[in-house]
Amino acid sequence: MSAPATHFNEDARRVAPDTRHRGIIQTAMGKYEVVRDQRKLLFQDWQGARNLAARTKFEAVNHLDTHLAEFARNIEARGTKVHWASNAEQARNIILGILRDKQAKVIVKSKAMTSEEIHLNDAMEHAGYEVVESDLGEYIVQLRKEPPYHLVFPAMHLTRGEIKDLFQKKLNDAPSDDPEALTMVARRALRKKYLQADVGITGANFAIAETGIISITENEGNARLTAALPKTMITLVGIEKILPRLEDLALFLPMLAVMGTGQALTCYNTMYGGPRQPGEADGPEEYHVVLLDNQRTTLLADAEQRDALGCIRCGACLNVCPIFRNVGGHTYGTVYGGPIGSVITPHLRGLQQWKHLSYASSLCGACTETCPVKIDLHHHLLQNRRNASAPTTGKPSFLQKLAFKIFAPVANKPALWSLTTKLSRIGMKLRGLVNGSAIDPAQAWTKTRDLPPIAKQSFREWWKEQGK
Amino acid sequence: MSERENIFNRIREALTVEAHSHNGTGLPTTAEHRGVMPPVGASEDERFALFAKNASDLKATFKLVKDAGELTAELRALRDTEKWQRVATHKSPLAQTHAIGLGLPTLVTDDGYDKHDMEQCDVGISVCDALIAQTGTVLVTSRNSGGRALSCLPPHHVVIARREQLVADLPAAFAMVKKIYSANYPSMISFITGPSRTGDIERILVLGAHGPKKLTIFCL
Ligand code: SF4
Repeated sequence: MSAPATHFNEDARRVAPDTRHRGIIQTAMGKYEVVRDQRKLLFQDWQGARNLAARTKFEAVNHLDTHLAEFARNIEARGTKVHWASNAEQARNIILGILRDKQAKVIVKSKAMTSEEIHLNDAMEHAGYEVVESDLGEYIVQLRKEPPYHLVFPAMHLTRGEIKDLFQKKLNDAPSDDPEALTMVARRALRKKYLQADVGITGANFAIAETGIISITENEGNARLTAALPKTMITLVGIEKILPRLEDLALFLPMLAVMGTGQALTCYNTMYGGPRQPGEADGPEEYHVVLLDNQRTTLLADAEQRDALGCIRCGACLNVCPIFRNVGGHTYGTVYGGPIGSVITPHLRGLQQWKHLSYASSLCGACTETCPVKIDLHHHLLQNRRNASAPTTGKPSFLQKLAFKIFAPVANKPALWSLTTKLSRIGMKLRGLVNGSAIDPAQAWTKTRDLPPIAKQSFREWWKEQGK
Repeated sequence: MSERENIFNRIREALTVEAHSHNGTGLPTTAEHRGVMPPVGASEDERFALFAKNASDLKATFKLVKDAGELTAELRALRDTEKWQRVATHKSPLAQTHAIGLGLPTLVTDDGYDKHDMEQCDVGISVCDALIAQTGTVLVTSRNSGGRALSCLPPHHVVIARREQLVADLPAAFAMVKKIYSANYPSMISFITGPSRTGDIERILVLGAHGPKKLTIFCL
């Protein structure tokens, strides 16, 4: 078993029976589900909207080269410096280079999963910079030295009491555990940082090819301040974030809001096309956009799963996933958790190391059904299972072969099958005596689940009886 | 070979294998967008009513004022109840004259300003590019609304709009942006939908996370 797989199993075993964790997540998700469904109902045709969104992303991803070139050309024309990074290390070096060049000291960041992906904070802190996350949830997990729990709600696993204690310990400022009071503590602390910061770093939700504009979605205004106050602004964005036209946002912004947080529209949807332009009052003197590949082209090369690049990181598939809700966001050990993380992580970080995530699914398909861009998530998990087993050995193991050698003749002969069923019923009764103990042959199963009894009567037997 | 070329080569290589769409192909038209999105009502009155309802759901304040005199009175009333000491605004006949009319120290952003000074202001008064009925959104740009920080740094953002600036829906707003700016886009275009908010602590709504705690929209 790979190290990530062992870690996953251990954490899942610990978190799944933790009823406190489950309670926190259920409450948060319950609130989300209500507003999400209300918002969906306001659409004239939600399924139609999903089709249009999927179609748009299909066009974007399948002509990525054209759109990406167009994006870069247009945003450069407004004085933006565009950088290209094939992998995480290159992206980190580009950004560290800019910081050095600007002699920066304090960096403010707004939420960016891509920066988690390339471990940017570690690299910057290591190089001696003071780095402050400004999204409230991100700020909280940063103070805890923890990765974000969820794509959209980084601190959803914490209670207000825990956050109060954290602020007391780290900021020496926590008047009460009232969420409003706690938010104001963070607001005060971060205002100071905004005024000091030399460089602001953001992620991006969309990159519009036709206009050369980045679009950022947020509720707090922290990304807006990150883009307004520091003298230098950097946006780190994956190459798959492309949308062809500005008007595509008219569909994607409300869909992201509905699925992400259950809003009609997120509070701030802001488009940035360059540094401060002539005649403008403020804004950064320099704007850098770092375009990141980091194995996205590997996923692109898999035509069967290419649609996964259309993900808008709304988090909706995490929210509906029974596995995510039970094992929690940290158990995955990945930047991108939940169903979408389970699909793409093997592509981004190696199939053999991460194939266990393909089994972190009940294959119920709730993720596929909810995804606003119609990514075929649960089938991709099956494809990853297939891909993980096929190329290594090409053959089933000895035990698998033996099992099927016995099973096939039994299943093919009705008399033998019925005899086996009868014997199993007796076997079940006997097993009942040792239920749950060390010699229980079904122990691996019964440790966490009930073993349903075999029906008293088979369908064949019942049919015969009816015919009498 | 540059990294740019490496990336493009990998993309082109990957795309030699064709994928198949289950949802049709071709970019959707605006009519298709409109056909699926939340309805907005046909008449201007319905759209104003929708904007007002959205604004109130978002905990923003929306007021139709009949003339400049009424607007002045409304602003003075706000100044007194909220005890404003300093005002930030920008060069625009509508915003600047009303801000100056308050008789308080006034920061005007256009020719550059000190961010520490703006942080001390109690309110930012700006005009906007459009109001969007469908979502209760105020559309501002760095070119027309006094830069990037004015609508975000002070704790109260007051928007002065004109009645004819109301557009029906998001597709109309993006069409408008394209029409006005396609030759030369401002460096920031922001769709502001309600005052700043967060739900990061137990999914409980708190207003004024980093941006304004209050958003007031006056429409002449
Ligand atoms: S896969 Fe779909 S549902 Fe999941 S985060 Fe991405 S867009 Fe949202």
